[in-house]
Amino acid sequence: MIDMNKVASDVLAATPKTGPTNATAWKTQDGDETIFRTCAWSPPGCHPVGCGLRVHVKDGVVTKIEGDPEHPITRGSLCPRCLALKEYIYHPDRIIHPMKRAKEFRGQADKWEECSWDEATTLVANAAIEIREKFGPETIIVFGGTGREANNWYPQWANLVFGTPNSVYAQPGWSCYGPRMTNTAFMMGGGYPEIDYASKFPLRYDDPRFTPPELILLWGKEPLRSNPDGLYGHAIIEMMRRFGTKIICVDPRVTWIGTRAEEVLQLRPGTDTALAMAFIYVLAHDDLVDHEFIDAWTYGYDALVQRVSEMPPSRAAEICGLDEEQIWRAARLFGNAKPSSVAWGLATDESTNGAQLGMCLVALMSITGFLDAPGGTTLGMGDDQGNVVRDGGSISADEKVDDATDSTLELALKHGMMSEDTWFNKRIGVDKYPCVGSVMWTCQPDEMLKALETGKPFKLHMAQFVSSNPISCIGGEPQRWWNALRELDFNFACDLFMNPVIQACCDVFLPVSSTIEHDGQVVTHYGLNSSFYGAENKCVQVGDCKSDIEIMRMVGKKIFPEFWNRFDTDEDYNNFHVFRSWLPWDTLRDNVVTMSDEEYFKYKTGRLRPDGNPGFPTMTGRLELYSYAYANFQEDALPYFEDPAYGPVSMPKMMESEYPFVLTTGARRQEFFHSEHKQVPSLRQISPYPEVDINPADATRLGIEEGDWVEIWSPYGKCRQKAKVTPTIKEGVVHAVHAFWFPEQEASEPNLFGAFKSNINNLMPTSVNAKSGFGNTFKSMICNIKKVYDNDDVNFPTDTGIMLEASRQCEFTYQETWRPTDAPVVDPIPQDQILSFEKTPEIDNIVK
Amino acid sequence: MANGLYIDFEFCSGCHSCEIACRNELELGITDFGMKVLEDKPRQNPDGSWHWDYIAYPTELCNLCEDRVAAGGIPACVQHCQAKVLYYGTIEELTAQMLEKGSKGAIFIP
Ligand code: SF4
Ligand code: SF4
Ligand code: SF4
Repeated sequence: MIDMNKVASDVLAATPKTGPTNATAWKTQDGDETIFRTCAWSPPGCHPVGCGLRVHVKDGVVTKIEGDPEHPITRGSLCPRCLALKEYIYHPDRIIHPMKRAKEFRGQADKWEECSWDEATTLVANAAIEIREKFGPETIIVFGGTGREANNWYPQWANLVFGTPNSVYAQPGWSCYGPRMTNTAFMMGGGYPEIDYASKFPLRYDDPRFTPPELILLWGKEPLRSNPDGLYGHAIIEMMRRFGTKIICVDPRVTWIGTRAEEVLQLRPGTDTALAMAFIYVLAHDDLVDHEFIDAWTYGYDALVQRVSEMPPSRAAEICGLDEEQIWRAARLFGNAKPSSVAWGLATDESTNGAQLGMCLVALMSITGFLDAPGGTTLGMGDDQGNVVRDGGSISADEKVDDATDSTLELALKHGMMSEDTWFNKRIGVDKYPCVGSVMWTCQPDEMLKALETGKPFKLHMAQFVSSNPISCIGGEPQRWWNALRELDFNFACDLFMNPVIQACCDVFLPVSSTIEHDGQVVTHYGLNSSFYGAENKCVQVGDCKSDIEIMRMVGKKIFPEFWNRFDTDEDYNNFHVFRSWLPWDTLRDNVVTMSDEEYFKYKTGRLRPDGNPGFPTMTGRLELYSYAYANFQEDALPYFEDPAYGPVSMPKMMESEYPFVLTTGARRQEFFHSEHKQVPSLRQISPYPEVDINPADATRLGIEEGDWVEIWSPYGKCRQKAKVTPTIKEGVVHAVHAFWFPEQEASEPNLFGAFKSNINNLMPTSVNAKSGFGNTFKSMICNIKKVYDNDDVNFPTDTGIMLEASRQCEFTYQETWRPTDAPVVDPIPQDQILSFEKTPEIDNIVK
Repeated sequence: MANGLYIDFEFCSGCHSCEIACRNELELGITDFGMKVLEDKPRQNPDGSWHWDYIAYPTELCNLCEDRVAAGGIPACVQHCQAKVLYYGTIEELTAQMLEKGSKGAIFIP
């Protein structure tokens, strides 16, 4: 019998510190097949997990894609998405030649024409040059999606190719990663905290420095499905099996891993901060903290304890809808575990009280003494791939100041693409939300939507979409984005498949190569906490597709040749854009995987501070449980609980009458990365339809059965999904999947691949943010739900009709009164439209 | 001694990797399965604890990856399993392994 753990540890035992010399070469020949070893990132969408692939190629065509048993983290495993990668890269709908379409034909699928790369990139460059001259570079905006490799490039497209400060991450309240980065930067530096799974060591679990976590606290996180930001989720199962690691889940849903946990705290959505404060209360009450660490390295512990004294478990139990006993029990279990580790999830970001939750979770990671300790929560050294604006505090010790390691912003200013005035005065929304502006490199998205609609503070003219689909995925009130974006003078996209936003709004389509079609690099947590540096090695060419970098270089040379002419190849750019490994690209490629081998306790060894002194890169030099940085931005320096903007406490009347359910969204499915992968047969087969979880008691009351189509509506809009009746969701709460569209349906407007039929963000407002400008309502909205029947109704997700109800933002201005913002947005709402339709076969057909 | 597959289904996460890995290996059509992941849906036990199991089992199309094994490799489903809960070996070896764990295990002969 072959034990994979043994195989892997044999391979690993033979692996020296930096780059395995006796590992299989990155490229080998087996008969008439070439086998490439490479690490995957994107496209297709994925976070920088960098799983190891062995790609078999014959006559320039992929014959087989397998996991790479020599990869120290994944050791031969792959998730379904890379296993289905062949179906994706050779999909008949993939766009593999550049295309253009006259502006007047936006929304019409049959009007695209193939064109050459030169023509396509000239169209883009000329439009940009004209708009820069006529209206100013700041009127060009660049959209990026989450987590993908293109995340590295969209700020560079903005700052270095077009010279605009306005890159856009369109999710209301920048509700992904940004808030957690802010918490980290403000309170302690150290990149991004992650659970310890020996992910940095060549010997992995066998490294003598490593101790397994006794307990992992999964807070608003389901890492098995999402491999978030590079955390290889199934490592948690490895540690549960191998070391008996215990789990506590805090989640309104009982997830699969929750059924294997010691405790699942199934709280009312959006009340997490109250619970986290109660956890700290219990740790202080029972004195389950590490005083030595607290005294030597933190600031403000007593003030924190004073603050959480307002939140004993009895009060939190009432707020969260939990049993008080369970809170005591779970917090004690956590406090007594040695070592304990904390994984904070996206739920931290998607709430208006999330910064305060993040503050509590940083406290839970650290006051136990297990921050950056073996088996605790590790820190990184804050290599940020040059994109983070560097006044946020995550500057690392050995940062160099020469050109090659300047941030994107520094380069843009130095080489004249962008003036300081443009950066400081034309980045939309950062005057109103300086906290967002201080850490993020983009505009503030809710303010951008308003600017698009009102032309204030200035009119926008051109948009680019770099692997981002704001009307099917991250945009709240997607009809508003759609309506605003289709009015711009020129729009183009870099992507692999046609999608609703490109079909509706774009004039040029530039086809991008997938992860196995270009050379590149992948680093977990985008370099903020690096387990390893992985090489993406080009294995094949598909059509005329080009890498994001090559496309950027082509357009860049036509606008700012003095800067862009220095790069002749992608390798030049990869060498220029080095990661903390400081290894030249060809060495990275030969190694395939280079483990970071970072040590623990970086705050003791001076690895976190720019001056190389021990401590944290904060104002006090300590980990600030009392945060001066937040205080600087007019936020409370200590955590506090605020009930969600929508919910039984904030709006009891509305919940009693029209909207009796709390809605939470965004749970991950392993088979899809957000709006992607819907056209891949092996993956769509796993989840053919969008599903909304509803408790059996609620379902019975409403006459809803498993598999019924239901309509879900909020004050903002509605959509339709299929009911999944399950006891894992609390009574009175529903969970709906996000980013579902139907690539098999009519592409042209108004249907746009059914973009609005099942999009749960039809129900989500924009501009309901925290004071800081971060956070939104994705995890705690109100809604109602009812069964609907398919009587040849055009609005049905299986029909090609249109489900398009005007966003009701105009008539419903709660966000303006809940936390007053500036003038309400008026006007550009489309009328209800019902057009002709044709019945299409059930979706099942596409997976046959 | 016959060979088979052992699964520790306490920790099968239901991720479907084994299914697709097998389909790739056997070059099956999209509706065919050499390995199929089944779900026993979530419910709460009388004592409040939760039940929710997945189990992956080989169908009659499974040939225990004879080509891969003959070439010195391990079955595709075993290699790609994200939770590393699938094992290939002789029934004797697998039985010993299953008994050592003592719960929620199953051995399959396709
Ligand atoms: S997690 Fe990402 S890189 Fe890893 S196998 Fe899945 S899709 Fe590929
Ligand atoms: S052993 Fe091979 S053929 Fe059998 S289920 Fe696993 S992958 Fe499929
Ligand atoms: S790959 Fe492993 S964990 Fe995933 S479904 Fe199959 S047996 Fe279960």
